[in-house]
Amino acid sequence: MRVALFVTCLADLMRPGVAFAAIRLLEHGGCTVEVPQTQTCCGQPAYNSGDRATAIALARKVLVEFEGFDYVVAPSGSCGGMIRAHYPELFRDDPATLKRIEALAARTWELTDFLANVLKLDSVPGDFKGTVTYHDSCSGLRELGVKAQPRALLAKLPGLKLTEMNEAETCCGFGGTFSLKFGEVSTQLADNKCGHACATGADAIVGGDLGCLLNIEGRLRRRGDLKTKVLHVAEILAGDERLKS
Amino acid sequence: MELRSNEFKTRAAANLGDEKLQRGLGLIKVKAVVNRANAVAEFGDFETLREVGKAIRDRALADLDLYLERFEREAVARGAVVHWAENASEACRIVVDIARENGVRTVAKAKSMVSEEVGLNDALIEAGIEPIETDLGEYILQINDAEPPSHIVMPVIHKTAEDVADLFHAKHGTPRKTDPAALTREAREILRPKFLSADMGVSGANFLIAETGSTLIVTNEGNGRLCTTLPRLHVAITGIEKVVATLEDASTLLRLLPRSATGQAITNYVSLHTGPKRLEESDGPQQFHIVLVDNGRSKLLAGEMREMLRCIRCGACMNHCPVYQAVGGHAYGWVYPGPMGNILTPSYVGLENAIALPNAATMCNQCGVVCPVKIPLPDLMRKLREEQMERGLKPWPERLGLALWGWAAQQPALYALGTRIAVRFMKWLGGREKLIHRLPLASGWSDGRDFPAPEGQTFRELYKERRQ
Repeated sequence: MRVALFVTCLADLMRPGVAFAAIRLLEHGGCTVEVPQTQTCCGQPAYNSGDRATAIALARKVLVEFEGFDYVVAPSGSCGGMIRAHYPELFRDDPATLKRIEALAARTWELTDFLANVLKLDSVPGDFKGTVTYHDSCSGLRELGVKAQPRALLAKLPGLKLTEMNEAETCCGFGGTFSLKFGEVSTQLADNKCGHACATGADAIVGGDLGCLLNIEGRLRRRGDLKTKVLHVAEILAGDERLKS
Repeated sequence: MELRSNEFKTRAAANLGDEKLQRGLGLIKVKAVVNRANAVAEFGDFETLREVGKAIRDRALADLDLYLERFEREAVARGAVVHWAENASEACRIVVDIARENGVRTVAKAKSMVSEEVGLNDALIEAGIEPIETDLGEYILQINDAEPPSHIVMPVIHKTAEDVADLFHAKHGTPRKTDPAALTREAREILRPKFLSADMGVSGANFLIAETGSTLIVTNEGNGRLCTTLPRLHVAITGIEKVVATLEDASTLLRLLPRSATGQAITNYVSLHTGPKRLEESDGPQQFHIVLVDNGRSKLLAGEMREMLRCIRCGACMNHCPVYQAVGGHAYGWVYPGPMGNILTPSYVGLENAIALPNAATMCNQCGVVCPVKIPLPDLMRKLREEQMERGLKPWPERLGLALWGWAAQQPALYALGTRIAVRFMKWLGGREKLIHRLPLASGWSDGRDFPAPEGQTFRELYKERRQ
């Protein structure tokens, strides 16, 4: 099974470990993982900013880079949701491309969804010990139905205890460029999220999207909490080295 | 209502620090979100009901002209007078004319957002006619120097009982009391004689029923029923999009509306108004006028915002919106706040007069999944963002930033080089703490948050190294 990793621009820049963890998990499940080297971004920032032309151009680029694989997997519900739920709409007036885009969309998966529902992993390589709480990212949850999948995978780690926070499904306030344009509101929502997460007393806040995680960690540190870890679910499941340092 | 939507950003930020407001807003989760969730769970297959509701509204909109004509025919046949208002001022003029022709001095008003939209109270006052808001929330706002509502269903959600205690004490000259039941009783004692003496009652209409020519309102306080039956004239004012084909359709939507709005299976009162009082009847107005307001709606019908016309005004989108929950309704600066307002306000008052609103959402789609008629609110906001881009209404730094980034993201080699430099710079900014306290050009982020610094090499670089 040839799987292309959609690295995501945030993992590429901010947390390469997340992409390496995703590769380890996919290989653990028996996949041959390839990483198209010319990939950059799925185009969602342009799409949500109203720059449809750029979004279409980037979607075409992704199509060319990724359409030859059995599956495309992204460690992000946001990028996965963009390809799966929104790309087809971009090509509604271009039937020839639409057909190819729909085929790509149907083969594109968010990482935990893929691990749980396609690979049906029996075990995961990680060995995290401690309590975690899980933040449901909006796109993954509401566009792709990612809710039970990460929890089922985390449950395979014997040393891990999941304590749910209140309002786990409420937006953390990131929203891409929203976090810059409406900084005060965005910060308030991040603060609410930190409050709910910290109330669980968990050692780590875990999620499936780096945008949310950077936002939550950024607010958490500003609140003075330097202790609670903020981790991508792939890092925990794969047993990323950064956890052990 | 005074339009202040272009002040969204500053007013939203100010409201975040308003402790009293925040206490009021906190009640939304308790009152509306939890109650809706319980009502939906109790109902069972709410998803199918939403699909049916959407289909009912789509059917009405597909042949809106025909249903409106049918509505008019049936209403007139039953003795009502139907008026058509193309815009806000025409709507006000029609109501004022009806009042003048009939020597009306006082008007008892039931809750109506369309009357807010067209500015009816101001028009009545200007004509020397006294309007009295009889919905408790709207009454509180009216005596507080005609403060605008901050929510379409719970207009005073931004106020605490303490605020109302102060207000009643000041305006009524009665001893200060904080017990909500006692405050309600006080308002009731003031309002009751107003109902009895009013010459005209004004209500909205949640639905217009084409097959019978009836208007329908849902209320919880009973004031709507008094406004529409006691005075000698009843004027119902509403938007043209509110029409549905049949009573059966209306009753299906009635299963969606209260559950979505307040978590009630049904409101305390559901009133159907079909014509004025007939000879053999003992209650009801002598004249029944229905004012059907366009005010931009037919324009929406022909455009990309058409789906917004399905809206049945439950307020679930704002109740569930994290941004609305944080900043409250006044920040949105016009009649309709929250996600619905992010679409309706620019649509009705002009995109250039509400620049921030389509962008004032994280696109979390919590609104979309609770909307009883499945309006894809984030998709509509995105379309408005596209229109802003096309019309050059976005600020130049954003357009420049997007253009540069968009171009670079299509040049993989250049992008790889640019990101290599960027992550090294950011690592350096983060220092030993690995936290960036001030982000250049992005104070929106770093005024309230640190930015976790990157590790200094991109995945792309590390992957190449490891593969060699």
